[in-house]
Amino acid sequence: MCRLSAITSDTYFSPMENILALDTMKEGHDGSGLGIVLKDLGGEFEDLKTYPILSGIASHDGVETLDRTMAAAGFREKHRWEPTIREVPGSGIRRRGHYFAKAYQYPDAYEEKPREDQERLLMETRLALRALGEKKESLFVFSFYPDVITLKEVGDPLAVGEFFGLDHNGLKAKIVLAQGRQNTNYAIYLYACHPFFLQGYCTMTNGENTAFVPIREFLCSRGFPGYMGYNSDSEVFAHILHYSHRQLHYPLSYYKDVITPLQDPEMRGRADAEALRLIKKSLRPLCIDGPNCIIGFTPDGTLFMAQDAKKLRPGVVGGVPGKVALMSEECGLDRAVPQRDKSRDFSPMKYDMAMVPPGAQEIRLWNQLNG
Amino acid sequence: MEPAERLDQNHELTLKELPYIIRWREDRCTRCGRCTAVCPVNAIEPTVFAQRVIHSEGPVPTPKTVRRLTQGVRQNVDIERYCTGCGSCSLVCPTVAIEPEYHPRHKFLTFKNKGGVPYKRGGRRNDPSPSTVDQLKFTRISMLTDPALDAGRHEFRIRTLLGRNLPPKKLPLEQKNGHLQVRKEPGFIPPVREIFPIRIGSMSVGALSPHMWEGLAMGVAYLNEVEGLPVVMCSGEGGMPPRLLKSRFAKYFILQIASGYFGWDEIVHAIPEMTEDPAAIEIKYGQGAKPGDGGLLMAYKVLNLIAKIRGVPMYVDLASPPTHQTKYSIEEAVAKMIQSMSMAWGFRVPVYPKISGTKTALAVLNNLARNPYAAALCIDGEDGGTGAAYNVSMDKMGHPIASNIRDCYLDLVKQGKQNELPLIAAGGMGKAGNLAANTAAMIMLGASAVDIGKYIMQAAADCFGDEYNRCNLCNTGRCPRGITTQDPKLYRRLDPDKVAERVVDVFKSADVELKKIFAPLGRSTELPIGMSDALGVADKAIADRLKISYVC
Repeated sequence: MCRLSAITSDTYFSPMENILALDTMKEGHDGSGLGIVLKDLGGEFEDLKTYPILSGIASHDGVETLDRTMAAAGFREKHRWEPTIREVPGSGIRRRGHYFAKAYQYPDAYEEKPREDQERLLMETRLALRALGEKKESLFVFSFYPDVITLKEVGDPLAVGEFFGLDHNGLKAKIVLAQGRQNTNYAIYLYACHPFFLQGYCTMTNGENTAFVPIREFLCSRGFPGYMGYNSDSEVFAHILHYSHRQLHYPLSYYKDVITPLQDPEMRGRADAEALRLIKKSLRPLCIDGPNCIIGFTPDGTLFMAQDAKKLRPGVVGGVPGKVALMSEECGLDRAVPQRDKSRDFSPMKYDMAMVPPGAQEIRLWNQLNG
Repeated sequence: MEPAERLDQNHELTLKELPYIIRWREDRCTRCGRCTAVCPVNAIEPTVFAQRVIHSEGPVPTPKTVRRLTQGVRQNVDIERYCTGCGSCSLVCPTVAIEPEYHPRHKFLTFKNKGGVPYKRGGRRNDPSPSTVDQLKFTRISMLTDPALDAGRHEFRIRTLLGRNLPPKKLPLEQKNGHLQVRKEPGFIPPVREIFPIRIGSMSVGALSPHMWEGLAMGVAYLNEVEGLPVVMCSGEGGMPPRLLKSRFAKYFILQIASGYFGWDEIVHAIPEMTEDPAAIEIKYGQGAKPGDGGLLMAYKVLNLIAKIRGVPMYVDLASPPTHQTKYSIEEAVAKMIQSMSMAWGFRVPVYPKISGTKTALAVLNNLARNPYAAALCIDGEDGGTGAAYNVSMDKMGHPIASNIRDCYLDLVKQGKQNELPLIAAGGMGKAGNLAANTAAMIMLGASAVDIGKYIMQAAADCFGDEYNRCNLCNTGRCPRGITTQDPKLYRRLDPDKVAERVVDVFKSADVELKKIFAPLGRSTELPIGMSDALGVADKAIADRLKISYVC
């Protein structure tokens, strides 16, 4: 089972904190991968918040393809960050060319366009790059979005962290999601590595998504080009979030109502029962059966944790004002925020959703039965 | 001079031509006469024949040949009185002295067209080979990587939706204070029923005996009201008893309208007095067992009750036309019919068509997918049964249900409408007894629900019929089990309470078996509709055709 480590803070911190938390939960992952998404960036990206950042890995050929494609699309490179790679003896991590996070200026034609148009351009560009590089594995692109960086590599999380030099390179953010992967049913492959990101929405999950195929078919048939990939059954969780929040404009708490709808008698306590009944029927194929714990964030930087309807996976939320961690295990929470009042830790159960607004001043608990 | 044909029986058939040969044990037979009395087709009759026996009397053996007359049972070789193999004779025989034996090398069909009338019968296709659905296995089992669900402990809901679901983007919702609510003027929200995914398919009052229909109806009511299983049942063509229509139980019934419109005069008159809406309206355009043929109720089944419900005189053949007479195009006539039926109940009842399995199902599907009032599509495959049809239609016409449903589902997926228009699969569900497995397999191929007919007749009332042309007398009105007859002497054999009990048994056990299938696949709160990754088959051609995995 994968281990999940998410931290949100009102100050910038190093993603190494997430990795060290993952390390305390080490028996849960087998080193089949580490994925990190950083949002609300500090350090050298602090002043580049409006510029979209493309994160990925490119071989020598891939770099050429990337530069040529981006130039042709009218993107101008504003800033480039590459980790100082430190080979970690015995880790088995195989270096694959260039790891990069590049901030770009929008093409002139898009500078003044509405945010929605800009985001569509970013997604289409990312998908085009992915298509160009996927066959020969010359180019992997994980995210292309303002103020977000994604790093992924196969290996033990701590070793991968050292490999990227995250302990000393000054890369910081206020929100970091990290997942130590325990590969189960799908191949070890970078695009199968959590967290998954789409247009500001991001999730990571542990457990197997048993309803994967009908959910994938439903998403793929929405006619939205970003609903693709699915090298992991967990990628659909990010896309369900995107679909319900961005496309259907449902408030975040309805994500829980979409993936784990209440039974009809349970809806009686909800003022919005009539709407819930319609949602449950229309979005029936998106109902999950777990076992899954899902941690994610929305574009405004709200973090959340939700469980499947049988609560078959662990997950705990705790912290202090200004720093809150959402972990798959208590020991990870102890490592990330040791100074907190443990008695106030919260483990969301089948009806619960924990939400942490940006700034991490409070943990909001939402119960599905009450709405 | 006497003609030779009388002397050598040259114009009679031999027993070897017939599908069933009676094995009669003279030594066991007590000559009670029950078998010949019960035989529904007079295939056997009492007879007298001369017999030579060795006889000896006295203290010293003095064997001598004696000729004497004895009574026995003789099988008729008249093609009109052939043994159907029903086995009623064995059932009543107190000494196990008689039974019909299937004769695989028979030439029955060669001769069963006397008077230029092709062979007509009831029953099902004569094909005992395993259907495609029966070959499918559930091969994706959650093992050590993830916990499987526990069918006995976890919460399961084996329910499906009958009715059209609005696409998410068309839901009439608005946001207020962080909550969603239905808009004040939401427009048309199609009616949707939550039902158990196995339905009792269309079998009419008339085709079924009063005791059989009553037993099914009581079983369905009990399942809903006592067991909490929302099982629904279709009326078939021919209406329903008006008292039932006006009762609170009407909501458990799907009313079928077919090309003869039989029974609809009564239904229309009952509408103002109905206290509950029916579960749905099924418009029958075709039947899997006899594509291209309409319903047929033979004259001798049209007794008083049937005649009253259907609004026709007694003792006339009730043949529904092969197609609706008003149907000249799917775009207009079918759409209008769906709308008319919807309107009759104020658009509160799902209305959907049922068609025979066919290569043209996709064309129908696409039309319905564009029709906002079409609530579902029911496809009846070639393994469906019927009360009366030409043998050639039953045996040789039709389309297997598995690929028909799969093609339709994948087409809906392509359009993104897989959750909008439910597909209902019929024809051959439980053909080999595996009702829950067949249901689960069809659901994973993309069906939302399945219909059963023959299966429930067999399970609830011990129907004799099988794929070796056994019995299949439904069309004659002489059903030896009392299932498909209007003759009180025959249907009094059937106890409606026992039928109802068995209906309840069948659905309760199917519910448990479905859970046992879904639990290891990790699906519990919604049906695994389209979860085709869970299926496997040891036949590469089937795997490729259905786009599921090949396993061996």
